[in-house]
Amino acid sequence: MFTIFGIPSAALFGQLLIGLINGSFYALLSLGLAVIFGMLNIINFTHGAQYMLGALSAYLLLKYSGLGYWPALLIAPLLVGAIGVVIERLFLQWLYKLDHLYGLLLTFGLALIIEGIGRNYFGSAGLPYTLPDSLRGGQNLGFMFLPNYRVWVIVASLTVCLGTWFVIERTRIGAYLRAATENPTLVRAFGINVPRMITLTYGFGAALAAFAGVMAAPIYNVSPNMGSELIIVVFAVVVIGGMGSIMGAIVTGFGLGVVEGLTKVFFPEASNTVIFVIMAIVLLVRPAGLFGRRA
Amino acid sequence: MERVVDPVTKRPVLWRQHSEEIGFAVLVVALLAAPFLVYPLFVMQALCFALFACAFNLLIGYVGLLSFGHALYFGWASYLSAHAAKVWGVPPEAAILIGTATAAGLGLVAGSLAIRRQGIYFAMITLALAQMMYFVAVRAKFTGGEDGIQGVPRGMLFGLFDLRNDMTMYVLVLAIFLIGMAIIYRIIHSPFGEVLKAIRENETRAISLGYKTERYKLLAFVLSATLAGVAGSTKALLVQIASLTDVNWPMSGEVVLMSLVGGLGTLFGPVVGSFVILTMQYKLAFMGEWVLVIQGVIFVACVLLFRRGIVGELAKLLRVRGL
Repeated sequence: MFTIFGIPSAALFGQLLIGLINGSFYALLSLGLAVIFGMLNIINFTHGAQYMLGALSAYLLLKYSGLGYWPALLIAPLLVGAIGVVIERLFLQWLYKLDHLYGLLLTFGLALIIEGIGRNYFGSAGLPYTLPDSLRGGQNLGFMFLPNYRVWVIVASLTVCLGTWFVIERTRIGAYLRAATENPTLVRAFGINVPRMITLTYGFGAALAAFAGVMAAPIYNVSPNMGSELIIVVFAVVVIGGMGSIMGAIVTGFGLGVVEGLTKVFFPEASNTVIFVIMAIVLLVRPAGLFGRRA
Repeated sequence: MERVVDPVTKRPVLWRQHSEEIGFAVLVVALLAAPFLVYPLFVMQALCFALFACAFNLLIGYVGLLSFGHALYFGWASYLSAHAAKVWGVPPEAAILIGTATAAGLGLVAGSLAIRRQGIYFAMITLALAQMMYFVAVRAKFTGGEDGIQGVPRGMLFGLFDLRNDMTMYVLVLAIFLIGMAIIYRIIHSPFGEVLKAIRENETRAISLGYKTERYKLLAFVLSATLAGVAGSTKALLVQIASLTDVNWPMSGEVVLMSLVGGLGTLFGPVVGSFVILTMQYKLAFMGEWVLVIQGVIFVACVLLFRRGIVGELAKLLRVRGL
């Protein structure tokens, strides 16, 4: 045990770890937002609710069907992704020709519906979700205690983020996706089913959010409000990073999580607001965002 | 100015030409009668929200800017107004001015940041800045945290009129609301307002015509924040409480909903919308959290089926110039 700038190392590294955890969720969610925005030109306000649905499904799977963490990590994203496909077919597909603002308003309405139903049946208080046995415990590194589960969350989300980046930037399907973002009409002329691609993209984005939600369930309690609080911070992350680049979203997400964690150590009063302050500074210095291209 | 002509005689139809003035007259008569027909406290609250929604609508309807953080100006104005009236003991007119000035200052800062990005980013930035100031309100001592500022005295207006009397208060709220509406009417029909509409339709073109659109957008933003501040300050005195509810993001969403239901870009839409939404909240209060679900459903329905809103549809039905 030693101290850095008068702060015990355990506290400092502990907050750094929490920062990386939060950063994982920021990265996963802003990645999903960026992918959806690229294809649909819609800012998905429902993203927070979909993250919450992921956590809630994990809770319900455990409570009513006895399916634990690992199956939930697979089932919840599939479930929420399927709901996302239905949402896209039922509601979003009518909005593509309208002003972007209507997409925001509609997905905001959907978020209210999902959150309201959640609060009706589960209240506003948090529901505990127990960790799988295989991920309990941790390593004592001497300067800090490293819980296994938190390491798993960081590794898993980093893998998923980089995997998504790889698929979009380096594979054939990703090339179709990028082409359809640039010029959907031309891509359709080549015989590619762009509307189906759009639907699946939305489903995938929703599934990413749900995946983040399942991973968040054992760390934070499962509560119907957990998404709306997070999504506003993620919006700030997206403004800072700009939605033009997938890698940009990942780097910004993790980076801001760490900054927020460190703020908790040095200026605890500012930890809630630091990301918004950074957003304001970025807007002053680099209005297009760190990785953004001028529209 | 666009003229509404009779399709057969090709002559302007007078009442359709002056629909906004007629609308004003109907509104004034209705509001003068309202306190004798409906619970006055409800009407006063609805008027505060109506002015708030009109202020929001000034941005979305006439400049095309969606501010998703208007609770910031409404809520902070109500805090400062409540604090000034209760702790500093200033008369109500000064309390309202202090709250309004706070909102104007915040609008200037937030506006100059937000107008640096367009479209969807503008909405996210305003929402994020509002959330930041929400956290500041949670932390700040003077706001009283979860309890808010309670027991705010209404006081004596100009030292003459006792606002503890609900009817006196009603006259004040009605006057503030009508002056606010008159200001908005004046703004949107001024040359300045025409430039705002040009920016809404095609900003690049407005720039090429030599307008410094950023300045126009910023001024419109500050005006909107200021009027939202007037509404917030008045509401704090009216209900004698300033609380976190008024600065939190659901309030920002609610004002969007009110304007959307009434009709974005219409003069009276936000007024109708706020009365509709508030009535719904009162009548359905027994349903608890389901109200949130219903509001979500209204959002979805309005966006998909009903984008003109109530007043917008009415204006189309009557084929009038504006309402």
